[in-house]
Formats: sequence, C-alpha cells, structure tokens
Amino acid sequence: MLALNIFAQLIAADTAPKIMLVLALLVSIFGIGVVVSSRRDRAATNQLTSQVTSHEISERDLSVRDRISKTRSSFAGAISVALTRSSITQQTWDELEEALLRADVGVTTTARVLAPLRELVKSKKIVQPNDLASALQNEMTAQLSQNSRELNFDSSLGAPNIWLVVGVNGAGKTTTIGKLSAQQRALGRSVLLAAGDTFRAAAGEQLETWALRSGAEIVRGAEGGDPSSVIFDGVARATAQKIDLVLADTAGRLQNNTNLMEELAKVRRVADKASGKVTEVLLVIDATTGQNGLTQAKQFSQSTQVTGIVLTKLDGSAKGGIVFAIETELGIPIKLVGLGETINDLVAFNAAEFVSALFN
Amino acid sequence: MFETLSDRLGGVLKNLRNRGRLTQQDVTEVLAEVRTALLEADVNVTVVRDVVERIRLQAVGATSSTALNPGQQVIKIVNDELVSMLGGETLKIMYASQPPTVVLMAGLQGSGKTTSAAKLASWFKSQGRQPMLVGADLQRPAAVEQLRVLGDQLNIPVFSAPGDPVKTARLGLAEAKSLGRDVLIVDTAGRLAIDEEMMQQVKDISKAVKPNYTFLVVDAMTGQDAVTVAQAFDATLSIDGVVLTKLDGDARGGAALSVKHVLGKPIAFAATGEKLDAFEQFHPDRMASRILGMGDMLTLIEQAEKVFEKDKAEEAAAKMLEGEFTLADFLEQLQQLKKMGSLQGIMGMMPGVPKEMKNAQIPDDQVRRTEAIIFSMTAQERANPELINGSRRTRISKGSGTTVADVNRLVKQFTEMKKMMKQMGGKSGRGSKSGKSAKGPKGSAIPDELAAALSSRLGPR
Repeated sequence: MLALNIFAQLIAADTAPKIMLVLALLVSIFGIGVVVSSRRDRAATNQLTSQVTSHEISERDLSVRDRISKTRSSFAGAISVALTRSSITQQTWDELEEALLRADVGVTTTARVLAPLRELVKSKKIVQPNDLASALQNEMTAQLSQNSRELNFDSSLGAPNIWLVVGVNGAGKTTTIGKLSAQQRALGRSVLLAAGDTFRAAAGEQLETWALRSGAEIVRGAEGGDPSSVIFDGVARATAQKIDLVLADTAGRLQNNTNLMEELAKVRRVADKASGKVTEVLLVIDATTGQNGLTQAKQFSQSTQVTGIVLTKLDGSAKGGIVFAIETELGIPIKLVGLGETINDLVAFNAAEFVSALFN
Repeated sequence: MFETLSDRLGGVLKNLRNRGRLTQQDVTEVLAEVRTALLEADVNVTVVRDVVERIRLQAVGATSSTALNPGQQVIKIVNDELVSMLGGETLKIMYASQPPTVVLMAGLQGSGKTTSAAKLASWFKSQGRQPMLVGADLQRPAAVEQLRVLGDQLNIPVFSAPGDPVKTARLGLAEAKSLGRDVLIVDTAGRLAIDEEMMQQVKDISKAVKPNYTFLVVDAMTGQDAVTVAQAFDATLSIDGVVLTKLDGDARGGAALSVKHVLGKPIAFAATGEKLDAFEQFHPDRMASRILGMGDMLTLIEQAEKVFEKDKAEEAAAKMLEGEFTLADFLEQLQQLKKMGSLQGIMGMMPGVPKEMKNAQIPDDQVRRTEAIIFSMTAQERANPELINGSRRTRISKGSGTTVADVNRLVKQFTEMKKMMKQMGGKSGRGSKSGKSAKGPKGSAIPDELAAALSSRLGPR
C-alpha cells in the first residue's frame, strides 16, 4: 500500500535505527485509519439495522445442513483400526498424528515427538503398530519427567509464603484458589486470600465464599482499586497475624493487553517487596485452550516468572494437550490438575495418566 | 510466533512465480501449508480436511491471468473460501409476537456467558428494546451478584431467586411479563458438555422458558474440543447462534470456523473487549484473515482508536503529510503507540507489510533511547531541529546518555522522514491543488484520495 515498498527497501538497507521510518508509517496509517473508520461508522450506523434483518437462506445453507450429518459421524474415535493391523503403514502414522492434533498438542510439537519414532521404524527397531503406540506414549511420558512438581513452600521463611495465581479470563483462577485454600488448610497451614481481582464484578464476593468454605482469612480492596495494594495489604496482614500462606488472586487478562500485563508485573514486584516472599506463581490454563496456550505461557512468564501450570476443567471432553507443549518447550512444569467442582477435585499432575488420556 | 499463511506459501511458491498455472504437484505442496496454518489456528482436524478438499478443487488449474501471482491467488482462494464458510446465513432477530422474546445463554465454564448476557442486554437496549436479565447460574459463587452489578451499570433490571435454577428461570419469565419487559435474557451456569445431569438441567430450563433464541457462548481461544462441545449443546438445546468471546485476545480463533461448519448456524455476535459496549456483529471477512494470520488492519485501527486521542492522531497524520511534523509531535505519537505494544508486534499485524519490514529489528531500548534524546531537547529544538549546533548536540547527548553520533543520526533521519512523508502526502493530494480545501466531511486535512486508498485496502466493513 502507498509507499510501503519504498519504505521496506529503506528499512532493509539502512543499518541505523529504523524506528523513525516505522513510526512515521504507523502514525500516518493510524491517522488516516481513524478518519476512515469514523467516516465508515457514520455510514454504517444507518445500514446496521437493515443488515441484521437481511435474512437469506441460500442454496449453500442446505448443503451445510447436509454436511453436518456427515461430519458428525466422522468426529468420533481416535486411534483404533490402524493399530490393530499387523504392520506399520502410512495410516498408522496418520492416526497417531491425528490423535495428538485432536488433543491440542499442536502441529510443531506433534512433529517433534513423532520424528525420532520414524527413525526407529525405518531401522526396523519397531515393527508392530501397537509397539509404536506404546513407544510414543513412553517417550512423551519420559519428556514430562524432567521437572519437579512440588508446590514450593518454604517453612523456614519466618514470613508468609505468597502464591500468586494468574491467567486469562475464565480460566478458573478463583475456583483454583478456593480449592487450594481448602487443601492447604487441611495440611494445617493458615491461609489468607488476597482478592486482587478488583476488576470483574463480584469477583471479591466469589472469593469471599471460598474463604468462608475453607476457613481462610480474606483481604479485599475496593472494586476498581489498585490490585497491587490489595496484595500488599494482604501480605502485611498475614505477616502481622503470622499466617503461613497468602493466596493472591488476580483479575483475568488477555496476554496481548500490554497495560494489564504491566499491571500484573507490578503486582508481582509489589508482592516481592512486601514482608513475605513469592514462592510460587501459578498460571491457570483451561483444558479447552488451543494453541494460544503457548503464547499465554510465554507472556505470563515474561511478566511474572511463572513457576507452574494448573490445568483446569480436565474432566470435560478436552484433553489439554497444549500443556505438553508448554512444559516440554518452555520448561514450565504442570503442577496441578482440576477435575471437577468439589474441593478434592484439584489433584497432583500425573504424567503417565495424562499422556495415555491424550490417545483415548 | 506462528508464521502467516503468506510467509508459509512464500517458500513453496518461490520457484513457480513465472509459471502460468498451478500443477497438481504444486497444489499438493501448497495445501500442506494451508493445512498447517489452519491447524495452528485451532481449526478442528476434521474441518481442516473438508476445507482443504474444497480448496483443492478450486486451486487445481487456477490460472494466473489476473494481476495476481500463484501465491496471491492461492491466498485469495483460501481467504474467499473461509469467508464464505464463516458467513452465509446471517441471524435475524425476529421478536416474539407475544413478548418477551426469550434468549437463553449456554456454554462451558469460563467461556464468558455472564458478561456476554449483560453485553447482549445492552445491545438489545441500543435497539430500542426493554431487556431484562435472569441470573439462573446458582452454581458459581457470586455469579448472580456479578450479573446484578453489570445490570446496575447498564440500568437493566436483573431477576434471580435462590434455590432451583429451573424455577428461577420460570419466575423470571413471569416477572418479565408482569413488568412488561420485551426481551428476557437467561444466564445459565457453565457446564461440561459430558455432564449429563447438568445438561439435563439446562434442558429443563429451556423447556421452562421456551426460548426464541438459544446462544452458545464460545471462547475464541478454544482448541479442537470446540466441535464436541458445539455438537453436544446443539443436540441438547438446538442452538440458534453463536456468541464468540475474547476476540480482543491474540488467538487465531479457528474455533469459530469449526463451530460454524459443524452447527451450520450463524456466528451472531463477537465480544471484543472488557467493556460492556465491546460487543458487535460478527465480521466473517475479518475472522478469515485472522485465522490465516494475515493481519487484521481493522482490528488494529480499532485498537489504535482506543489508545490514541482521535483528534491528535488525525492531526499528526495530517501534519506529517504536509511536512509540518515536529519532534515534539513525534514524541507524543511514539508514546501513544507504545501503549499498543511493541512496534514490532504492531508491524506484524499489518497486512501487506513486506517481509523485510516485518523482520526489521526494533528493540525496545532503541525506542527508549530515541525518547531520551528528544526529552533532552528544548522545546525550540524539538520544533526546529536545524537549531541544533555542535554545543547543543553535546548537551543533548550528555543529557540523554547517548553519543553525539546518535543525536546526529536521529536528527538526520527525522529530516529525511519528513521529506519523504511530504512527498507522499503531496503526491496523493495532487488532484486538489488548493490543498486544504480537500478536507473531508469533518474538516480533516487527510487527503480524500489517501483515505480512499486505505479504505479499499480494509475491505468491506
């Protein structure tokens, strides 16, 4: 567009700072863009209602309906036929690949785990489809055995341990904190919940319910207030009352929202500066999450140095395969798994069970 | 992180730029890349297979008689196919002859039902209706409270009663009738598609209120499971449309395609932000380029609208095109831009930006250094960099912790940039000699030709 190509050449050729050119371009594009989009908005307002009410059933839609019945049947089942055959064929590979892709392991990671097996099959070290499947499972389980999955709690601290819980909207942070609180209370630790989600309506009330259920203290701030100060107050009160553990809730945020990620980095800094110590930063990931989970893990790690993953809602039909990619590619261990709504449904991650479930 | 489809295809198609048509072999290679791009965007494996087959039929023998090279042509075919798959039948809200029109919201936990229910109510209000909300999520602690707070903000009444969600929904319907509200939106608890007991409950709620519309709320970050969920909810409730949430994130959103393909029901609304008015109709064309990672100019400009002060952005662009841009303006714009994330990230989202440009390294510390240099200038120097002589240069470099050479370079680049932008502005504005008389409807100094050029790039709204 416009002089983009001239710009590109200059930018590629120039070894000096390119920022001027890039900025000039962005400023002009956005400036013009703002004008264009406001002109369009005015024009579109009049059209909008008529657009909503334009109801068309075209011939295409009929074929869509036809297709549904066909697709429905083909969604079922993962690996089956090819594994019962006597030799490894292309179909065997396709089925294994498809099982992993369906579990949200991702294209790159799937290719990575299958590659060494292709070598073994080529050199006839594996000949049976069944052996191939179990070799794959063993290999994947082995790749998950590098990390420690203990929740870090330093009892020699003489001050509260702080566990910070972060994640995107709707991942299950508050519920996870509620369950963690109950479990830590059962271990004999005193717990304080810091309601750092000051954004979402009634998030504080939700956490308060969990505090009551689990017998934990709670510190809340004003709705719309500064989350860092809530966490700070929480740690201060925990220190004064000699409480062992502060579970710090934070508002859900999308990782590409720079301002909110900076706010989170500040929460982490403030928590570190307070009288306690941040010994665990848990990133909560919903099992239904697709490839975006990897970006989430990268960005949240960058702003808060994530120490562990909590995989929630694994009791549904989603397999949560993206956490395999997260742990093996970013080295962040999966520590806990959420399997339901009751307090005991938050359990330690088991690599072998997780991997075998990916194929079912 | 993930490559865009055009980058992917770039490698495969390099060798066939000059050939007239795509061979079977070319197409197979190209389709492998298309498949990967779709899978990375979280389109369901089975759906990907269907899409790839449809594209194969169109791509074989596609001739490059037009201005497009084979690569562009494939991208166009893929893009058009996705747009047509995502679009099609649009949802028409037919209001019930006996009010209220009942809308039921259903979906998994954390997909965004409660927020979407409130946003939808707000949308109906903007259409001149009198909506009412019913909080039938008695499962999650404080869910009803959340709905009440949102209802208060929107000045929309919220009904709920403790105990049984089915009864609550029924009472809510009666309440709406007695209050004369003409739209009733029922928020339900999040539930797993395989939880039979909970699915039965939502079915009972549905029977109790007999909704005119049942919307499935789907998180744009959802992976492969989206189809299973959509099928299960459709089998239980018979879904009329989909509300796609969290589109302000950076997920490619292939789930939208999967769900649309499997249900054959329109994606009615898209939730694009945390604020209650960040709720709009779904745009299939934007979603298609997003799934393909091809950048999304409109979304980018909308983001820019949020962080930039509108008048200032317009003014800056106009000044720039007229060659009247100063370092002070530059600094101001730079600071606004930073709110949108890294410059590199922004460039990455721009469609049609050549690869060399995307790969240009713009480290954040360089941005900071540039800022520091300008900060160390006086107001006069910012307005008129020619003032900067030897001793001023030394002062500026000391003040900003940089070298004299850095200061020189910045000033030189700024001058060149100004010249170039002026040329660009002048060229496009040539049609109207009088220059400033070419102002747009709102007195903007942006030449209409430039605006039109960008507008056509943006595609249909």
